[in-house]
Amino acid sequence: MIGRHKHCISLAEYSREEILEVLDLAVSMKEVLQRPIKKVPSLRGKSVVNLFFEASTRTRSSFEIAAKVLSADALNWTASASSVTKGETLVDTARNLEAMRPDVLVIRHSAGGAPRLVAEHVGCSVVSAGDGAHEHPSQGLLDCFTLREKLGTLEGKTIAIVGDISHSRVARSDLHAMTKLGARVRLCGPPTMIPAGIEALGATVRTQLREAVEGADAVVMLRIQHERIGDPLIPGTREYSKLWGLNAKKAAEWLRPECVILHPGPINRGVELSPEVADGPQSVILDQVQNGVAVRMAILYLLAGGNPADAGEAKA
Amino acid sequence: MNAQELQRGIRRLAEEVADRAKASGAARDLAIVGIRRGGVHLAQRLRAELARLLGAEPPLGTLDIALYRDDLSERGAAPIIGPTDIRFPIAGKLIVLVDDVLYTGRTVRAALDELVDFGRPRAVWLAVLVDRGGRELPIAADFVGVRLQVADEDVVEVRLTEGGAAQDDVVVKRRGT
Repeated sequence: MIGRHKHCISLAEYSREEILEVLDLAVSMKEVLQRPIKKVPSLRGKSVVNLFFEASTRTRSSFEIAAKVLSADALNWTASASSVTKGETLVDTARNLEAMRPDVLVIRHSAGGAPRLVAEHVGCSVVSAGDGAHEHPSQGLLDCFTLREKLGTLEGKTIAIVGDISHSRVARSDLHAMTKLGARVRLCGPPTMIPAGIEALGATVRTQLREAVEGADAVVMLRIQHERIGDPLIPGTREYSKLWGLNAKKAAEWLRPECVILHPGPINRGVELSPEVADGPQSVILDQVQNGVAVRMAILYLLAGGNPADAGEAKA
Repeated sequence: MNAQELQRGIRRLAEEVADRAKASGAARDLAIVGIRRGGVHLAQRLRAELARLLGAEPPLGTLDIALYRDDLSERGAAPIIGPTDIRFPIAGKLIVLVDDVLYTGRTVRAALDELVDFGRPRAVWLAVLVDRGGRELPIAADFVGVRLQVADEDVVEVRLTEGGAAQDDVVVKRRGT
């Protein structure tokens, strides 16, 4: 368990202390990844099922590696989109998988709330690997882990999140976690991509990129999804890139030299980030990928292992 | 065991380790690894004594065995994990594994498993300040500061100033008190 939670579905319901518990543990997990033999036996005999109803290589691989480094058995189950259009089917699928006695179900689904629905029908722990436009908690945690690593703390730091805020589950999880850790969050994107009333979650909203990123300690650039380009939310990728994309010139003129740039990937090079910025010295995108494994190890360990607060001294 | 006795015990441990390392001809390959949490401060003190005796400071590392425990599923609670920090190559080294109290042997078993994941040492010696008996695995220490006969419900605590204690001592308490 993580704190009082059996599942990891939404960072909105995690306290600051519970978030810090995962981030602190992930430091030790990252050390394991630096070893000559990157495997520890702590979850031997446990099983993790990756249940992905939406395409994903990075997140699924990250959870799979995390499970394997901890010696858990990992099973990848990829559903075709057509078989899971109804909630009933989703629950049936989860129940069938549960009959195989997994300890953790990791679920990605295009519908917000799908992991919660599954959690209500199965006995094992459920981790959301991204559900619709709702949340992507492990991404939010790995972003915070990367920022703590680079900035020392999030307390009092200014972080700009730029892109399609309305449809971004990453933005939502980032916002919940970062504000709880004491950061000031600026949300920025085309007005059509900023949900009404988002300020109530503790963020400020800017529609001009320069206003959002100037003076920021970190900038999170979100992916603009090509599948939504035909959507009337933005006129086109060229204009989006001109107004809300980050290139070398803007980065040099508007960003503080120590500002770090994050992106949940995969990058649309030339749209939200130019190649020079994506691969430049301020980019911590590859750190995010490695940190993702460490953070997911911490999540799986805490859910499959129990609550540290209850742990007593062991006999030596 | 008061502060003076405790310090004498550490000094004696260091002398025995140094003598045996010299006799084996591998004193220059010596390295110290403390098992968190109790063995870490003890390992630092042992290293300082060994530096004096051998004329060179052996490298020092720490192991946290939480990820190698064999009772995670039985306990239903994940132990708190601290850092493992070994910044020297293990291969070919003569490792002195250090812990404060040796009891069931399960911590040492886990430490050995973890240690060999870092490389293949030339040999591993086990040094403990207190051997309280009660082994559940066939593990014995090579160097022992003091042997105590205590009941299973007793807890042996090695309290060092580096860990926040007012003074160094070893106390035996009834579990839960």
